[in-house]
Amino acid sequence: MARFGFILILTGFLMTALGSLPAVADGVPVPTLAKPLGEQCVEPKDFMRRNHMDLLKHQRDETMREGIRGKKYSWKGCVECHAATHPKIAEGKIRTLYPFCAQCHHYAAVKIDCVSCHSPVAQGNEPMKFSTMEEEEAQKLLSMMKGHLGEEASQ
Amino acid sequence: MRMLEIEGNSSGWWGLIGLFGLLILIALGSVYYMEHNGHWVTGMSNQVVWGTPHVFAVFLIVAASGALNVASIASVFGKPMYKPLSPLSALLALALLAGGLAVLVLDLGRPDRLIVAMTHYNFKSIFAWNIYLYTGFFAIVGVYLWFLLERKMNKHSSKVGIFAFLWRLALTTGTGSIFGFLVARQAYDAAIMAPMFIVMSFAYGLAFYLLVLMALYSWTGRDLGDFVIDKLRGLLVVFIAGALYMAVVQHLTNLYATEHHAVERFILLEGGIYTTAFWIGQVLLGALFPIFLLLYPGTRNSRQALGLACLLVILGGLAQMYVTIIGGQAFPLVLFPGMEVSSSFFDGQVASYTPSTPEVGLGIGGIAITLLLVTVGVKFLKFTPETLGDEAMDPHYKAE
Amino acid sequence: MSDETLHNDARRRFLGGLAAMSGLALAPGVTLISPARAEGASSDVRWGMLIDINKCQSDCDNCIGACAAENGLKSHGRPTTDPQWIRKVSVKDPSSGNEKSLPVMCQHCANPPCADVCPTGASFKRADGVVLVDRHICIGCRYCMMACPYKARSFVHEDIKGQKPHMPRGKGTVESCTLCVHRIDEGRLPACVESCETGAMVFGDLNDPNSGISQAVAKYGATRIRADLGLDPGVMYQGI
Repeated sequence: MARFGFILILTGFLMTALGSLPAVADGVPVPTLAKPLGEQCVEPKDFMRRNHMDLLKHQRDETMREGIRGKKYSWKGCVECHAATHPKIAEGKIRTLYPFCAQCHHYAAVKIDCVSCHSPVAQGNEPMKFSTMEEEEAQKLLSMMKGHLGEEASQ
Repeated sequence: MRMLEIEGNSSGWWGLIGLFGLLILIALGSVYYMEHNGHWVTGMSNQVVWGTPHVFAVFLIVAASGALNVASIASVFGKPMYKPLSPLSALLALALLAGGLAVLVLDLGRPDRLIVAMTHYNFKSIFAWNIYLYTGFFAIVGVYLWFLLERKMNKHSSKVGIFAFLWRLALTTGTGSIFGFLVARQAYDAAIMAPMFIVMSFAYGLAFYLLVLMALYSWTGRDLGDFVIDKLRGLLVVFIAGALYMAVVQHLTNLYATEHHAVERFILLEGGIYTTAFWIGQVLLGALFPIFLLLYPGTRNSRQALGLACLLVILGGLAQMYVTIIGGQAFPLVLFPGMEVSSSFFDGQVASYTPSTPEVGLGIGGIAITLLLVTVGVKFLKFTPETLGDEAMDPHYKAE
Repeated sequence: MSDETLHNDARRRFLGGLAAMSGLALAPGVTLISPARAEGASSDVRWGMLIDINKCQSDCDNCIGACAAENGLKSHGRPTTDPQWIRKVSVKDPSSGNEKSLPVMCQHCANPPCADVCPTGASFKRADGVVLVDRHICIGCRYCMMACPYKARSFVHEDIKGQKPHMPRGKGTVESCTLCVHRIDEGRLPACVESCETGAMVFGDLNDPNSGISQAVAKYGATRIRADLGLDPGVMYQGI
């Protein structure tokens, strides 16, 4: 019994030690987050990191069911600041959530349902128009991005 | 009366497992295809929103409620002959409901939101009540089965049996009311839908039960005597006749109201596939011919005729579901009574619907789930009496 | 070196990098969308629409096009499954031969059967009378589509990309005319009303006796489609 326990602990220690080696620990690249617009986020960074999902969920019900719009935590508000251009997405012509949101979500492997319906593309001040080619390219890369952001489970 | 598992080692048993497993895999593939591409790949549309999967699902759910009848006759109405038949009846009821619900859930636009459906309720919706009725059915019949199978609790099984009986009346009422509560459609919005579904459930459930019983006893070489068969046959005739009566009352009432003449004309006369499904499927093959087979002296004692009658009742039931669910949607909504209406959204037109392969695959998968659960269940637990021969069952049996 | 120190190092680098980036974000900020209605919808208001069919021309479908453009509705060439939030219905009296054409959309009933039958409560009526689908909790069962007497609802039968940010929509949920809540909440008119060139469509507050719509209804009367069902739609018609 004691010997079994000892072997168990030894195995655990070895696994932890092995797991902490750089080659194994850095399986997924650490996120590199694009610069959001604006001077600061609506709440302090630490708070947002832990609670943005709850804020969004709460706001969504307020907006959807009670028609309260434009409050601090609206999805659209997040997108307008956090969407950024990326050289690989439509040659940097559109701002999407890939360079920011997708980075951490991919790292933490947290799939979310939102982008199956909510556009992850910032519209800026006026809707952007693309040629068919650009649109197609953008759509293709958006699909790739959606894999990182997490499509709805049924896709 | 000794209850005994089946041996479940034969190639036949494994063959069944393989067959049902394959059908379920096909169903899962169909579901993936439909969910991945979106429902545009099915025959369902914005006009006919519920299609073949719902035909199968509602049929299985209705049959599930009725399959428990045999057990209820023992527990609620105190007929001792039916006691040994009860566990299989309860098992089949659970299996049928599982199959039906699986089909229903897998056809949802967002089946990944099942948790949402189980945590957000709008209690004005009969659908929300049905979620409780269906899950409650699993729990109650589960307890019922436990009481039936365990010697210690067996004497209390009547109490649970009565509760289960009342619960399933509520459940089938709820299922019929899915359609009965819809004011919008000409073919629905009728109070008779709830009681009609109840009598239909008796017929479909017993037909399914009889088929399973006969197949099980025939393929395991166990004795199934005429005494039991005769009693169940008599019941089946009554139930089929009852279901037919309900359908007659429904259509006669509609025919009396000028407002409903158009939809009745559609179903009974001019509806193409729906008219065929109604007269040939529901009435002739689903009711009249089985009644004939079960009463005519030349066929009433034949097991094959009984099996055929049961099968026809099931097919007739599917036809009735098709006419109700799909025919009811195909007939256009009446926005402007008395006027001729047309639009880009198919107003005023009979909607076209063709069952697509993945829909049929999913529906059949539901039946496969049911039969797989039964096939596995009877091998591992003592659901079935060792013998249902006359010498064991008939109180007036005289050896020849 | 212990494994814990390695983890801490990685974490510190990550946080440090974030802090540096935030510190560098000195670009003049894009202000967040200014709050339009901080109070939200109120039951003091009941939004409604009045459509004068006599002014509606049978060969005009401005409202249809405007709705599709506003909400990002795209046709896939599959009319049976493509979304249609508003449509022109031609009504002909068989005995007199008289023909009319009128736009039909979600009627925004006060007693909506779609909201009654929705199992999760996704189909609901907002306080100000607009009937909506909360697509966050819609499970796509389509029971509301069975229940609607006006065939107002569509089911999204395929993947959607390139949604308008003010109109999120996705596969597997049900949708219908929203009375352009995103517009009316900002004090603008629904897209269809704005696009109507003959002035056939009027939008306003039915609870306000002084509003244009209330005055028109009081003066000239109005009928509702399938008024016999007792659903009290917010969309009314003159000239049926």
